[in-house]
Amino acid sequence: MKSSKEKITGAEIVIKALIEQGVDTVFGYPGGAILPVYDELFQQKKIRHILVRHEQAATHAAEGYARSTGKIGVVFVTSGPGATNSVTGLTDALMDSVPIVVISGQVPTFMIGNDAFQEADTVGITRPCTKHNWLVKDTNKLAETIHKAFHVAKTGRPGPVLVDIPKDVQFASGCYTKKKKVSTDFFKSELSIDPNLLVETVQRLEKASKPIIYSGGGVINSGEKAVNLLRKLVSKTNFPITSTLMGLGSYPASGNNWLGMLGMHGTYEANMSMHDCDFMLCVGARFDDRITGRIDAFSPSSFKVHIDIDPSSINKNVTVDVPLIGDVSIILEELIAAWEKRGSKVSTQKLGQWWKEIGEWKNVKSLKYTNSSSVIKPQYALQKLEEHTRGHNRYISTEVGQHQMWAAQFMGFEEPNRWMTSGGLGTMGYGFPASIGIQVAHPKSLVINVAGEASWLMNMQELGTAVQYRLPVKQFILNNERLGMVRQWQELLHGERYSHSWSDALPDFEKLAEAYGIKGIRCEDPAKLDDAIKAMLDYPGPVIFDCLVEKHENCFPMIPSGKAHNEMILGEKTQSDNISDQGAVLV
Amino acid sequence: MSLNLKKGVNRQSAYNLRDPNIDYEAAHTLSIIVDNESGVLARVIGLFSGRGYNIDSLTVAEIDHSGHRSRITIVTSGTPKVINQIKAQLNRMVPVHEVIDLTLKGKAVQRELAIFKVNGTGNQRVEALRLADVFRAKVVDSTLKSFTFELTGNSEKIDAFAELMEPLGLLEMARTGIVALLRGHNSS
Repeated sequence: MKSSKEKITGAEIVIKALIEQGVDTVFGYPGGAILPVYDELFQQKKIRHILVRHEQAATHAAEGYARSTGKIGVVFVTSGPGATNSVTGLTDALMDSVPIVVISGQVPTFMIGNDAFQEADTVGITRPCTKHNWLVKDTNKLAETIHKAFHVAKTGRPGPVLVDIPKDVQFASGCYTKKKKVSTDFFKSELSIDPNLLVETVQRLEKASKPIIYSGGGVINSGEKAVNLLRKLVSKTNFPITSTLMGLGSYPASGNNWLGMLGMHGTYEANMSMHDCDFMLCVGARFDDRITGRIDAFSPSSFKVHIDIDPSSINKNVTVDVPLIGDVSIILEELIAAWEKRGSKVSTQKLGQWWKEIGEWKNVKSLKYTNSSSVIKPQYALQKLEEHTRGHNRYISTEVGQHQMWAAQFMGFEEPNRWMTSGGLGTMGYGFPASIGIQVAHPKSLVINVAGEASWLMNMQELGTAVQYRLPVKQFILNNERLGMVRQWQELLHGERYSHSWSDALPDFEKLAEAYGIKGIRCEDPAKLDDAIKAMLDYPGPVIFDCLVEKHENCFPMIPSGKAHNEMILGEKTQSDNISDQGAVLV
Repeated sequence: MSLNLKKGVNRQSAYNLRDPNIDYEAAHTLSIIVDNESGVLARVIGLFSGRGYNIDSLTVAEIDHSGHRSRITIVTSGTPKVINQIKAQLNRMVPVHEVIDLTLKGKAVQRELAIFKVNGTGNQRVEALRLADVFRAKVVDSTLKSFTFELTGNSEKIDAFAELMEPLGLLEMARTGIVALLRGHNSS
């Protein structure tokens, strides 16, 4: 590899490489071992740095930035605690396939292994929670490594990477290597489409009497083309479509063929269709346990086709009949072309019958709930939020728990990259920092974090970040003074013994907002909710909206642990002994 | 609305519920070509421990000094589904260049090297030496009351020799684990 002869410091190389990679925003927190990089950051104007209040928040903000833009999120942290604090965000990004690059400072090479101040074995700690990581010991290899890191983060199934740079390597001088001089042959995205399998898929698709398309985050990660192809396939075949939590927005919620989300808290029609279908086309999803329910009773009589870019996702949880490995956009394009070539046939009559059956399941209205005029029901609050923000240039993030599931159920997503939530890892504390990352990327858009009070408290320190950068993020907190989902499971499974699942000593959220010089709104009267939401939307800065809701509301419908799709609990009245001894031990 | 659950059910482990792999388990020898960079072995081992796969034997050494490539030979066991998972998971690691399932690819030469220290005097000592000759083990060190044997062969042969040496004063042994290559004139 040739390099220009001029030598610059390692810290300069870091900034230069990021600029060459097109990075305009970095989320981070300085510290001793990354000071040379921060010094370079100070002396340039191309990269904007967002100072978070905790490194975990930097990683989630980078995730929000990446998922709402399709670009790579970048994070700076220092050695030791800075790096260890980023572990949750890295793991979250790995589970949800979010491309982020974390640059961590490290103690100087000659001190590594000596238990130096703020030393941690960062590459050791982050090895299982990154796609790959590097410890750079030679300044001449720094630029090359950073370019490789960006390549790995976005190639194939996207994910997090980490580059650990000792302080002496940042100070030392070395040669810069340009991006185009770095070979990317070392890591490629797999593609294997067997023409015979493609034909078999098309034949099955044509003959299917009870087809379903089940799409996931892979469609969104693949990009606009994949989204458009998926929509085209749905509209041309008239097949019903359901999506995972990560896939919401790939097909519009207002679309005719939309069945709603599937899985543990998915709609009755989506889960029943999955169970009873005879042809399943899984597009960029991975048969996660939240989706499948009881695995040996999962969609027992269907022919399953699985499109995935990651070969390790194939047959991991569910054995499929046809694997098609590669980028969703490439495979869908080939699949649609092969189907059109054979005359774009479907079994129209049988499909009509199938839609009739689905219509009956839809009539069950599994998302119904009992409203109240005296207390705000969380579902009602989200319906109202949806009503007031539909049509806005809107991005929604969430924390993790009941509110997250209700948001997925009651808010409609028309476009991809508009819904940011922690799916695989289920990280409480994800939503607030993610909303900051989203707002940084989309300064003019409406960014709302739908939160529960318990999750929100986990990264509430980020109020400082929101205020410092004048990010008008709306924190819509459904406050039930409980760890709602934990409480629900304790009610259903643990004899109503509510072990440590209430939020005691909560702050006065209005006063908390006031303390940061932003707006706080409290609402506990359903009749005043409309005006309160309008006030939140009208306020130009950050808002903490403390929405006091029914404390004991449970999230339904629900597939209990260890049960199959067709054994959903629809609501309070229909259940009795629904969870078996075996199901009780599952999470 | 509480559900009637028997007390203590939560003490069970979810992993004991049912075996998702009711298929038969079989041993597979995997040959993995990797970049010989720092931490590469930890990555591979971490994958096995993190995802709960077995390692029956593992050997590693650099085989291409100029290209900095190493060959890791792992003997693992699992159902076909698990073996496929292992291979897919290995294949998506950045420093892994190639994963070859020698068990599926054809017949492979599989060898281990072992060193045995056997203490004994008189007839016992003579018998140990005689058996070593039968197994074509080499004496690599000796004192008046001990022999140190070197033995190469497949794992069963090593096991059989160890078993015979046990009553003859086997003090300790060391073995390398399996190295393997495909038979025939083609590369693996």
